[in-house]
Amino acid sequence: MSILVTGARLPDGTSTDILVDNGVITELGTSLSAAGARVIDAAGLTALPGLVDLHTHLREPGFEQSETVLTGTRAAAIGGFTAVFAMANTSPVSDTAGVVEQVKSLGDSYGYATVRPIGAVTVGLAGERLSEIGAMAQSRAKVRVFSDDGKCVSDALLMRRALEYVKTFDGVIAQHSQEPRLTEGAQMNESALSGELGLAGWPAVAEEAIIARDVLLAQHVGARLHVCHVSTAGSVDVIRWAKARGIDVTAEVTPHHLLLTEQLVRGYDSRYKVNPPLRRDEDVLALREALADGTIDIVATDHAPHPVEAKECSWDEAAFGMVGLESALSVVQAAVVDTGLMSLADVARALSSAPAAIGRLEGYEAPFTVGSSANFLLYDPSVTRAFDTSLLHGKSINSPYLGRTLPGQVMATIHDGYATVLDGALVDADEVAAAGQVRHG
Amino acid sequence: MRHLLSTQDLSRDAAIALLDVAEDMSDVGEREVKKIPALRGKTVVNLFFEDSTRTRISFEAAAKRLSADVINFSAKGSSVSKGESLKDTAQTLAAIGADAVVIRHQSSGAPRVLADSGWIDAGIVNAGDGTHEHPTQALLDAFTIRRRLHGTASRGRGLDGVTVTIVGDILHSRVARSNAWLLTTLGARVHVVAPATLLPLGIDSWPVTVGYDLDEAVAAGPDVVMMLRIQSERMHAAFFPTAREYSRQWGFDDERLARLPAASLVMHPGPMNRGLEISAGAADSPQSTVLEQVSNGVSIRMAVLYLLLSGERLTSGSTHTAEVTK
Amino acid sequence: MTARIVLHQADITRALTRISHEILESNRGSNDLVLLGIPTRGVALARRIGDILGAIDGVDASTITVGALDVTMYRDDLSRNPTRAPSPTEIPVGGIDGKTVVLVDDVLYSGRTIRAALDAINDLGRPRAVRLATLVDRGHRELPIRADFVGKNLPTSASERINVRIQEIDGIDEVTIEGSTPA
Repeated sequence: MSILVTGARLPDGTSTDILVDNGVITELGTSLSAAGARVIDAAGLTALPGLVDLHTHLREPGFEQSETVLTGTRAAAIGGFTAVFAMANTSPVSDTAGVVEQVKSLGDSYGYATVRPIGAVTVGLAGERLSEIGAMAQSRAKVRVFSDDGKCVSDALLMRRALEYVKTFDGVIAQHSQEPRLTEGAQMNESALSGELGLAGWPAVAEEAIIARDVLLAQHVGARLHVCHVSTAGSVDVIRWAKARGIDVTAEVTPHHLLLTEQLVRGYDSRYKVNPPLRRDEDVLALREALADGTIDIVATDHAPHPVEAKECSWDEAAFGMVGLESALSVVQAAVVDTGLMSLADVARALSSAPAAIGRLEGYEAPFTVGSSANFLLYDPSVTRAFDTSLLHGKSINSPYLGRTLPGQVMATIHDGYATVLDGALVDADEVAAAGQVRHG
Repeated sequence: MRHLLSTQDLSRDAAIALLDVAEDMSDVGEREVKKIPALRGKTVVNLFFEDSTRTRISFEAAAKRLSADVINFSAKGSSVSKGESLKDTAQTLAAIGADAVVIRHQSSGAPRVLADSGWIDAGIVNAGDGTHEHPTQALLDAFTIRRRLHGTASRGRGLDGVTVTIVGDILHSRVARSNAWLLTTLGARVHVVAPATLLPLGIDSWPVTVGYDLDEAVAAGPDVVMMLRIQSERMHAAFFPTAREYSRQWGFDDERLARLPAASLVMHPGPMNRGLEISAGAADSPQSTVLEQVSNGVSIRMAVLYLLLSGERLTSGSTHTAEVTK
Repeated sequence: MTARIVLHQADITRALTRISHEILESNRGSNDLVLLGIPTRGVALARRIGDILGAIDGVDASTITVGALDVTMYRDDLSRNPTRAPSPTEIPVGGIDGKTVVLVDDVLYSGRTIRAALDAINDLGRPRAVRLATLVDRGHRELPIRADFVGKNLPTSASERINVRIQEIDGIDEVTIEGSTPA
């Protein structure tokens, strides 16, 4: 079925109709018409290119009680995402062609979003020997991003080898920067507050030191490096220094690190327990500026679902992580757009074209041009909503925003030319799967 | 008072009122019949996730002297029961009809999580949570100091101008934290002494002065020296090189005792490592308050349980202030 | 609400003097007498009675002992009211075993305070006898308790309030009734 979007405002401010057929944008202009097309009235809405999340935990295979590829991609769609890169800390770990192909197939069959599996750097995430990176790169999953996220590739020699080896396959290592010896048993940012609350500290230097080492390694071997979830002002300084020297490093920040600080830990509510931890005001401000000036290239959610019992306990016992797909765009709007630091066009870069480029995902280079893949969303930045569990569509509800008001709402998401979200609600799974089938054959 | 979770939230008036009630409670301990019917029919549960016979017995004695029923629940947290231990236990206790839960837990913040959770309606008393707070210990320490200084004329008084030096593993000590807040609130001046590795980041934001040198602190003639227990695990995690070096630098030995003014108190929350952080001579000297601290502990815990349980049940919302009519 | 003074300072002094003589007479002297005032005002009244007794000709002042008995912990209405802080209990040296304890309070009303006092005494020792002296008896007993020595009987209705003020605490000696309708 073709789709006709009328009266949408593009990120550059111009107003246009968009005609979508067979997965691509076939026409742009005003007063377009198409017989038999599903018409979406986008008056008052902004059209943004489909969001690409370079850092999501879909939990399948192995942790389906927290999330599955189906529920995770549904959450992604309602958040305006048309592509997600699924982290490798599944069970079994995504360290072979077999597992990554399975994850990709599941994503394709459900059709809510394009799922690009991330391959583990080391076998079993054990940090001892490299996984079969070549096999994963050449599989049907075409893995280009490799990460042991959840854990740090802390051994310097192994990190060097990994950086070198992925060059062979045009891959990139996405490092979860956390020096393990400095963060044993860590619970929250190390600060005056952690001393007061009696919670073991996670010092900023444990992140900064690894980033400093990794950018120099990347420079030395001439490789690409991607830094996951940057959380401190010091890390920003290191990355800025590295880029100034021409080192090929890219970096991501999560929405929660753009909005929330460690003060929320005071009540020991484990919804605020995350790795890397929430930091200080100064860090939040530095991260916002870095995203605005490009030192940090992209926003990635680090969507980390956990079942209720993993959070309904004392802080020490609680799991690290927050869900973030559904709230990402709203939080980014609140943190950097409504504060005047970035425009929605800048957001489009940070949440769509830039992550797609890092992950070597095709089809996102020139959105809203005739002939390009139809991956976009219609967004209403003017509404304000109370964020409650009805707005969460994954399997888990461990969101730090419950009880807050957030701006914006995704009204429609078009993935590969068919709708996954319409009128602010998910399109039924059978319909989406059928439309996806048509695309993949 | 709905819960007692920390001393940080106690106002000066509330703290003094609590110490004064403890004076009356300690009189009960002098009588032949060491029992009053104030909490008859109430159930107090000792929920101890960490071993501590001494503190548990103290709370048990306190509850029994007030004629309350006591249930001891020893639930050692294990990694297997992660996540289920606290919630399920709390709901079980609620079903039994516990009026107060005295909780000791290895995780900082566990009493607060319990109090805010809605799993149980009982009053919560923090008997020590991780490295965060141990409010009844600080209260009994303050009570002990006040008693030694003012005797029977203690009622209504704070600890204004009293100098207290706390020595030891401040970083991991909930006793140090609770005392730092409470003693300062009561008007005392608190100085902490430790090697830099055992001081938390950000201690300059605490209402205390900081030093590394114990001899210097002793030379200043503090009214109270409070020694904290040192754990040998800290040595293996490289907080200090050897027990010998620690003891030499920060152990309260007979020689340092001799240099302390005769009227000054030597305190220790127990249990003591005789010969490590405190010498036998210091522990057994007339200046040592170690045994009184134990008996005062019962009086303080009686006061806490009385203030928590005797009045009409406060609804949630009125958290930590002691609202007491005379 | 108008307040009517029913006892002036002179009346109170006379009443306490009469009570003191009655105590002496009923006890046949001052031996083994322990006056225990019930906080707050009962304590001051007990001291006054003690002073009056000690000043009477022929009485050895050193045999008069005065103390305070706090009954908060023994009240039967603890859980119905906001938490009450106790006051100090001071039992004189020599204790109460075998002695005649005279409880002293300002107002006797339902009798529940005195019942609590009897329970408190029970945990402190075994007196030979317990007597009750009260400045004002306003009736409306809910328990079978009566005073042995009464300053003034003041029949009241339940809607009225009796206020006892004494010098040591309120700066003035007077007893007033509030809320009474004119006869």
